[in-house]
Amino acid sequence: MKEFTYVITDKEGIHVRPAGELVKLAKEYTSSVSIIKEGKKADAKKVFGLMGLGVKQGMEITVQVEGDDEDAAAVALETFLKENL
Amino acid sequence: MAEGLSGKKFSGKKFSGKKFSGKKFSGKKFSGKTVYNGITMGKVMVLRKDQEQIRRTKVENAEHEIDRVQSAVDVSKQQLAALYDKAVKEVGESSAAIFEVHQMMLEDEDYLDAIYHVIRTEMVNAEYAVAITGDNFAGMFAGMDDEYMQARAADVKDISARLVRNLSGQGAVDFSTMEPSIIVAEDLSPSETVQMDKKKILAFVTVHGSTNSHTAILARMMSIPALIGVEMDLNQIQTGMTAVVDGTAGEVIFEPTEFQCSEAEKKIKNEKEKLRLLQELKGKKNETSDGRTINIYANIGSVSDVGYVLENDAGGIGLFRSEFLYLGRDDFPSEEEQFQAYKQVVQTMGQKKVIIRTLDIGADKQADYFELGKEDNPALGYRAIRICLKQPEIFKTQLRALLRAAAYGNLSIMYPMIISTEEVKQIYTIVKEVEQELKEAQIPHRIPEQGIMIETPAAVMVSDELAELVDFFSIGTNDLTQYTLAIDRQNQRLEDFYNPHHKAILRMIKMVVDNAHKCGKWAGICGELGADTELTQEFVNMGVDELSVAPPMVLRVREKVRTM
Repeated sequence: MKEFTYVITDKEGIHVRPAGELVKLAKEYTSSVSIIKEGKKADAKKVFGLMGLGVKQGMEITVQVEGDDEDAAAVALETFLKENL
Repeated sequence: MAEGLSGKKFSGKKFSGKKFSGKKFSGKKFSGKTVYNGITMGKVMVLRKDQEQIRRTKVENAEHEIDRVQSAVDVSKQQLAALYDKAVKEVGESSAAIFEVHQMMLEDEDYLDAIYHVIRTEMVNAEYAVAITGDNFAGMFAGMDDEYMQARAADVKDISARLVRNLSGQGAVDFSTMEPSIIVAEDLSPSETVQMDKKKILAFVTVHGSTNSHTAILARMMSIPALIGVEMDLNQIQTGMTAVVDGTAGEVIFEPTEFQCSEAEKKIKNEKEKLRLLQELKGKKNETSDGRTINIYANIGSVSDVGYVLENDAGGIGLFRSEFLYLGRDDFPSEEEQFQAYKQVVQTMGQKKVIIRTLDIGADKQADYFELGKEDNPALGYRAIRICLKQPEIFKTQLRALLRAAAYGNLSIMYPMIISTEEVKQIYTIVKEVEQELKEAQIPHRIPEQGIMIETPAAVMVSDELAELVDFFSIGTNDLTQYTLAIDRQNQRLEDFYNPHHKAILRMIKMVVDNAHKCGKWAGICGELGADTELTQEFVNMGVDELSVAPPMVLRVREKVRTM
């Protein structure tokens, strides 16, 4: 399993558009992808769950990736977060 | 009262509950109040309000209901994909993204599992399961301590409503695949009309609405026939029927007979000839026989309307209703998006003047994300400049976009709903701040000509003092009339009391024009009254400097001026 943390810098947090893009990206991989915020865990392949975390600017999230393509998925997700959130 | 050609009085009750019979309905004629003249013939598209309450019914076969949900999801996703493609072309990828997200929401396993769970455990119909699940998910968002997320409840409701529509076989009103149609509805809200592809609307026919409603304004803009207050029973009218809408006669005929069709075709031909003659006035001056001139500009509501302005040879844009950038979406338009829109308009217009009115939201123009809340008296409520002064962050975004766009052409800014000189001074303070910010960031900008709408009796009474502060006045006669006569412009029952030629209004216009001229400023009219050719003579006599009218009225008013 790969795991990393990231602090959201976007002033609106994980709002609809980036949440949608994140889900789209996570779905490209067979690995399971979870996002954890303050102990609450959501499946990054489900847009409602992800939005339901209510991640805002300044919050730290933990991303866990587990599966065959976890290395590639973790890199892609980290890049995405840095560029968009 | 509506009367058929057959001579029989129409009775709404007669067919109710029964299936529509085309034969009986043939040639059925209804009258209504004309909003815009003109005649057209074409296919009908009926827009029905959201279906009444969804009923909960017991089912025997849960898997059958689940299959129904799955096919409705597929249909909904196809519709959203089509909407996405259309939006990408028309408004750009970033604004279109919402439709992609809606598709993802429809694929969300938690959402679908919740629906299936309700069906299986309660043995209920799919419509009910979708509606109840939509409510639950919407509730989850509404309960979050984040305003933005709270507003997402609307997205969940939206996709759930789409699913229910597709389940019931009603089919969402999918404007993307719409053929040119005569829109028939109980009533239309501005947010509904804003979604429509204007090129595909042949006419509006509504049961409710008033001649001053936004549907009416839109109809005038597009110069398409529109009838309101038509006492028809929508249950008997179906999408796909043929209809003739005759604005001049104030009537609509559904399933016209052969004779009625040929009559309509004759009228359509005559009208085209009249329009052709008007076209010959293009390039001519707005000058009376004794040499007095007046500027005739056009009112528009979106960037794509600029085409109408140029087509009709208007001298400029006297009113660009910027709120249309804010309507029919779920979040504020960004500075960049606004800047691009304004810049495109001023550049397209070249040297010609473009007067952009700042955000005039509130009252009958609502966008959910403003979260304005219900008011007992919205017309007298929190709207327009009042929102801008109370929530300067919203105002500043628009002002930044405007000041930046001003660097690219002949742009003027106009502020709505002003009642005092203090407000104008406050606005100027904010404009100065914005200018300073842009200067520091070294972004090209310019403070352009700034004027105000005169649409409250208060502004009329202090117009002498306001004239010293601003560069121009533009009289918004629709609101000024409703505030002066104390008549709600949306209230159909009051239409007989609503006299737009009331002496009080004409005296106010005179007073405003005189006060402007005393300070060497100019004054125009941008309300519907400006296009009223019965008053053109009087306006010219008063010394009104500019009339801003719906684009198709430009040449008609020019024609009037030239005969004076």
